[in-house]
Amino acid sequence: MKVQRFLPRDRFPSLLDRLSEAGYDILGPQVRDHAIVFDTLASVDQLPLGITDEQAPGHYRLSASSSGRYFDWATGPQALKPLTFVPREPLWTSETRDDGTLVFRESPPEARPTAVIGVRACDLAALAIHDRHFLHGAVPDPHYRARRESLFLIAVNCSRSADTCFCIATGDGPRVRYGHDLALSELDDGFVVEAHTGRGRDLLDSLATTEVTLDQLQAAEAGSAQAADQQHRRLPAGSLPDQLQAAVAHPHWQDLNDRCLTCGNCTSVCPTCFCQTHVDERSLDGREAHHARQWETCFNPDHSYIHGVTIRAERPQRYRQWLTHKFGTWVEQFGRSGCVGCGRCITWCPVGIDVTEELAALCQAPDTAPGQAPDTAPGPVSGAAPDRQEPGDD
Amino acid sequence: MTSGLLPHEAEVVDRQDETPDMFSLRLRFTDPEIQTTYRFALGQFNMLCLPGLGEVPISIVSDPDDRHAIDHTIRQVGSLTRNLGRLEVGDRLGLRGPYGRGWPAETAEGTDLLIVTGGLGCAPSVSLIEYALRRRSRYGRIHIIQGVKHAHDLIWRERYSAWRQHPDVEVYLTADTGDTFWPFHVGPVTQFFERIAIDPAHCSVFLCGPEGMMRTVIQEMVRRDVPAGRIWLSMERNMHCALGSCGRCQLGPKFVCRDGPVFSYAELAPYLAHKGV
Ligand SMILES: Cc1cc2nc3c(=O)[nH]c(=O)nc-3n(C[C@H](O)[C@H](O)[C@H](O)COP(=O)(O)OP(=O)(O)OC[C@H]3O[C@@H](n4cnc5c(N)ncnc54)[C@H](O)[C@@H]3O)c2cc1C
Ligand code: SF4
Ligand code: SF4
Ligand code: FES
Repeated sequence: MKVQRFLPRDRFPSLLDRLSEAGYDILGPQVRDHAIVFDTLASVDQLPLGITDEQAPGHYRLSASSSGRYFDWATGPQALKPLTFVPREPLWTSETRDDGTLVFRESPPEARPTAVIGVRACDLAALAIHDRHFLHGAVPDPHYRARRESLFLIAVNCSRSADTCFCIATGDGPRVRYGHDLALSELDDGFVVEAHTGRGRDLLDSLATTEVTLDQLQAAEAGSAQAADQQHRRLPAGSLPDQLQAAVAHPHWQDLNDRCLTCGNCTSVCPTCFCQTHVDERSLDGREAHHARQWETCFNPDHSYIHGVTIRAERPQRYRQWLTHKFGTWVEQFGRSGCVGCGRCITWCPVGIDVTEELAALCQAPDTAPGQAPDTAPGPVSGAAPDRQEPGDD
Repeated sequence: MTSGLLPHEAEVVDRQDETPDMFSLRLRFTDPEIQTTYRFALGQFNMLCLPGLGEVPISIVSDPDDRHAIDHTIRQVGSLTRNLGRLEVGDRLGLRGPYGRGWPAETAEGTDLLIVTGGLGCAPSVSLIEYALRRRSRYGRIHIIQGVKHAHDLIWRERYSAWRQHPDVEVYLTADTGDTFWPFHVGPVTQFFERIAIDPAHCSVFLCGPEGMMRTVIQEMVRRDVPAGRIWLSMERNMHCALGSCGRCQLGPKFVCRDGPVFSYAELAPYLAHKGV
């Protein structure tokens, strides 16, 4: 049974106190460098009170809101991804002994119990995708697991969408449905708090809350409805995997050649991208070596490099990989699309490329205007490949 | 069993130079317990690690039933493979594996085998050929077509002659560029197709090498009505984890490290039709 209580605004600080007492480090949203980021939260005074975000393709600004609420913004550039799939993770260290023998030692992650306040439905949906990737593959990832299991998640139901949000279209928001311990709906005078796990319930029980009134519940629902109404971006109807597969040689990809900078901002901010590069370093005396993994982007030509050949050498091929993976082949890999509708890739694209618009164009039959597809292979099993263009050529 | 990201120490127990830029290493885990529990299937690969330099995927060429050591044949192309080439007997390196899905040797039992390889570094095909010859009675006729760029790249001339000694085994060798001491053919692998009688209902086709070559052979096999599900390819992609995690080896929806590196053409057809996928 759902447990819902009302936490008056003036008692909100006690939530942080209880989390501290329970031994959690607390992370929460705050303004830094003109953006909302998650960082150590010592007091509710650090929360972005009365601040809202204006987002549009290639545009992000913070401004004062009239509401006097803490969570009157939609999304910052990052939320949970850097906490669980960290930008750089040491994996192991090796030592070369005097006799030339080697010892390899795993580098266990230092994961402290951490409570995160202010994550959104889209962030939790993305987390569930990463859980599937890192925990439920053939070999569960111990680094991800340790970080993931250290989290206590306090979500917030959005009552306002940014212009770039489209979680309605992906089915992931705006209401929080799973993955959280507690969910907050912020009202003017306090929070409707809902417990979703046993430990969430324990925490809720330790707070001086009151019974929720029908008015408060309706106000919370109205907030979600408002957030949903504000969204206007949509995804094309029909199966995106099928349509993207059919669009593999669509002339529209070439159009991206003139716009996409292949900077990789979209894959950095995307909460579901998981690509990695493994890097190695040696100490100066050569005795110790460190092996780490770090975030990688399929926009980097090295992503697909094999000796002598870069498979996705052309810009449109790399854009095609990003979009086709995220909205197409992801479904075969994970049983759902890789997009949770957070809109970050649209906001943080320096040139304002909008995935929803690109998808709409790609799901249209190519018009008669001649364009060039990102590959020139004429059709199935063409053997007319130029030298050094293909894997295995030397 | 070593299956995570942590390499285990292995020792070079033997080393053989094959050509000026190819060599073979025989490796053994230094921990006897790891060595005795280590099992692999035909066509799987390991990650070989030189601490501080990195890791590379390399196919296993020894026989899956040989539990004493693990053989790799490596071509020196870049920094890591060159440094592997400097290893001597007794040297240590990191090893983890085995990974991936290899050749469907059992599915192919009772059929004729057509094994076409192009370029060098076709270690997967060598392991397959040796495997089948050691179990000769399980397979029908065996046609081996090996093409390379230069005549001097055709390593193991003795092995080719040894393969020919087996009953019902044909070996066709060709180089794009010949040399004075080259008694075989010059030209693409496809020149042999006219000479080979294939029963499409009872053959298995195995391919490894440049994708352009594999496409050409597939085209020919499809034309001869060989079912797409009986044509097998060993693919190469960039690999950092070999566990289906780092995303680097993606080919359409496939993680080549985990779902491959061997695929049937039926599985890959939609993704091989276009470059840069
Ligand atoms: C499944 C599989 C099996 C293989 N089996 C063999 C084998 O048996 N014998 C053999 O000689 N070679 C094999 N290769 C190719 C071998 O992995 C590359 O030649 C090697 O990675 C090149 O590394 P490098 O540092 O010497 O070259 P560089 O060109 O300096 O490469 C730099 C980095 O790029 C990446 N890279 C480059 N080429 C490849 C590649 N082909 N595959 C994956 N990553 C690459 C690696 O991360 C490498 O460390 C195999 C590749 C794959 C994917
Ligand atoms: S593709 Fe864009 S909108 Fe979708 S989850 Fe990634 S960043 Fe968010
Ligand atoms: S391939 Fe590209 S789109 Fe897919 S997870 Fe990796 S970086 Fe993200
Ligand atoms: S090599 Fe990392 S996913 Fe395949």
